[in-house]
Amino acid sequence: MGLLDKWKNIKETEVEPGIDHTMYLTLKEERRISRENSRIIKQFEREKNRKNVPEEEYLTQMRDPNNVVEFDNLHTYFFTDVGTVKSVNGVTFDIPQGKVVGVVGESGCGKSVTSLSLMQLVQAPQGQIVAGSIRYQSRDGKCYEITKMPKDRMLKVRGKEIAMIFQEPMTSLNPVFKIGEQMDEVVLLHEEGATPKAARERSLEMLNLVGIADPQKVYNNYPHELSGGMRQRVMIAMALSCTPRLIIADEPTTALDVTIQAQILELLRDVKNKINGSIMLITHDLGVIAEMADYVVVMYAGRIIEKGTVREIFHNPKHPYTIGLMRSKPSGKTKDNRLYSIKGQVPNPINMPNHCYFYNRCDRAIGICAEEYPEMIQFTDTHSAACHLCRNGGFMDTNSTKEQR
Amino acid sequence: MWNYLLKRVALALVILFGVSALIYLLSMLMPADYIDNQTAAAVQMGAMTLEDVQRLKELYGLADKSLPGIAKSYLSWLTSALSGDLGYSFLYGRPVSDVLSQYIWISFMIAFISYLLEIAIGIPMGIKASVNQYSAYDYTVSVFAMMGTALPSFFLSALLMNVFAIRLGILPLQGLTTATKVFPPNAHFQILLDKAWHLVLPITVLTLLGVGGLMKFTRTNMLEVLNSDYIRTARAKGLSENVVTYKHAFRNTLIPLVTSLSGMLPGLFGGAMITETVFAIPGIGYMALRATQQGDIPFIMGYNMFLAILTVLGMLISDIMYMVVDPRVKLS
Ligand SMILES: Nc1ncnc2c1ncn2[C@@H]1O[C@H](COP(=O)(O)OP(=O)(O)OP(=O)(O)O)[C@@H](O)[C@H]1O
Ligand code: SF4
Ligand SMILES: [Mg+2]
Repeated sequence: MGLLDKWKNIKETEVEPGIDHTMYLTLKEERRISRENSRIIKQFEREKNRKNVPEEEYLTQMRDPNNVVEFDNLHTYFFTDVGTVKSVNGVTFDIPQGKVVGVVGESGCGKSVTSLSLMQLVQAPQGQIVAGSIRYQSRDGKCYEITKMPKDRMLKVRGKEIAMIFQEPMTSLNPVFKIGEQMDEVVLLHEEGATPKAARERSLEMLNLVGIADPQKVYNNYPHELSGGMRQRVMIAMALSCTPRLIIADEPTTALDVTIQAQILELLRDVKNKINGSIMLITHDLGVIAEMADYVVVMYAGRIIEKGTVREIFHNPKHPYTIGLMRSKPSGKTKDNRLYSIKGQVPNPINMPNHCYFYNRCDRAIGICAEEYPEMIQFTDTHSAACHLCRNGGFMDTNSTKEQR
Repeated sequence: MWNYLLKRVALALVILFGVSALIYLLSMLMPADYIDNQTAAAVQMGAMTLEDVQRLKELYGLADKSLPGIAKSYLSWLTSALSGDLGYSFLYGRPVSDVLSQYIWISFMIAFISYLLEIAIGIPMGIKASVNQYSAYDYTVSVFAMMGTALPSFFLSALLMNVFAIRLGILPLQGLTTATKVFPPNAHFQILLDKAWHLVLPITVLTLLGVGGLMKFTRTNMLEVLNSDYIRTARAKGLSENVVTYKHAFRNTLIPLVTSLSGMLPGLFGGAMITETVFAIPGIGYMALRATQQGDIPFIMGYNMFLAILTVLGMLISDIMYMVVDPRVKLS
């Protein structure tokens, strides 16, 4: 390779086509953005803060009555000082009753924001659901449109019907209250007519259920007196205490070491069966998905690029990104199952290109990839992917890779 | 933890010792000492000779300004101070400890009331500002807080005096009692009321000066807590925003608040030098300023040692309160 070619190569990797890595804002632009943001935010906040909204306004119909939750073209944006971050940019998938849906994707692709949208917990005021809907089938048989649900009504769903387990057990419990107090709180809040004594009994029962040997002692401990694994058990116990219909587990094992991870997963699967609930399982770890999930949703830069059953995704991945993930999955019993990093960077979330987001990293890109964003293409009832290569029901023979174009 | 406290006390003693030596040295090196100040006029008029002045200086122990001389007089001050004797004030002609114990109370009264007011105003405002971050309320409160913190106390005092005492005439200008009024000796309540009336402006000034800082402090700490994971957990449980803010978040913000506020308590005895002087309130700060201007070394030493001890006490109380309010700090 000649020097010139080498230089060209370097340039190529540095300046990736269609991607604006650096954004310089003039003061004027900044002010304009900030003014624009506060206008938009005010509008959304006013809508959300309305009192006494009649129930009809947020009642809806499920597309499929077997689902607990249906995300439909959800858009959640953050209106930041440097521009609008389109964290979730048109996400559609279902969580069927009694099933585990795994959500995978690189860091920053919008997994957490998707789940927080479902809980109405996206960091307000800058974070707002700007479009789309989230339908939720409640235990009382009614279907609610979460995006339109007033705040006070949502309080009755959170913690009671949908519970959440977070990634960081070390920081997710309040350091100044005893475990018991934090657990009782949920029961006292959601169970009608619960007495402190009944709440305490329930908490102890839950601690027992998640395999804590000495519930009495843990009940009287402060969070800092417990190990990470124990705290995560406590978090799970807390999530379970009102027998939710859906548990959102946002990387529940990432912060734990490997043996504890396995125990926690085992526990999750166990309790899911006991309460006959669904789980939305967010993770980086394909091993966890393979073990736990029934359905898989693969996200990339705020969109779903492929979804299907575990079999379909693992044995017959269609999207080049998914294929990359599968290929990078360590075979055998390696401990570290994390996603390996595919070369290149995710596009700047403020300035998304109008073509396939994976284009700059895709080794199979074809001409049209740089022109328009690919539509979701359905392969089976459950399996679909968004890639131009899939248009004829599968891959073209990929001789025409980017280099040869 | 007790070990740690013990270490702190030991360190504090060393610091106190260093501080006392330094202040002594500096006050001795002041260009015009107490005698110079007192005799300047007489010398100029020829009523006193320089020899008289020198004799006086020797009498007051101010004659030898060489380093060994200072060291010697410092040591003698130190030994008597260690035995509890702070010496006689040149200016007030009484034992320093008497002057201190007489005048700290009025200073403490003023400081303590404004301390309570600051807490009652600053903390709720800080919480509200943090909950409504970037709202009009937040900005307004922040601007006022900044103004309060940035204004020099004499300026703020002068401003308020001008408006409320001179223009509107609804509050007294200066002093602690109305000089023109004569109260019957048993009219305690009226006397008290009259004093309280005189303290309104100084207390307002101190409150305005302090409340901004406390509000900012509360706001910053609340914001940090509100962004933490356990607050998200609390919300995910379905707790209402009020419970999240006032129970889960505020209980955590209380840790830095209690720690720093309790540390401020001893300092309340220290007096507010400038404000007291502007309002001519005979508090310890006012007395200390006069003594300092006159080169009253025993009083300067006594007062500054008193301040240093208050500071050290504040630090210790802070540490202890930290152990009390934060369950993560073990008492072992
Ligand atoms: N409060 C916020 N303000 C601004 N941007 C945010 C905020 N929260 C999230 N984002 C942006 O939203 C995008 C998606 O974030 P999200 O937390 O959903 O990623 P994730 O897929 O959960 O990643 P990870 O695997 O690291 O948890 C990121 O680009 C992030 O920068
Ligand atoms: S659409 Fe094109 S660029 Fe995008 S993943 Fe498919 S082949 Fe690659
Ligand atoms: Mg996340």
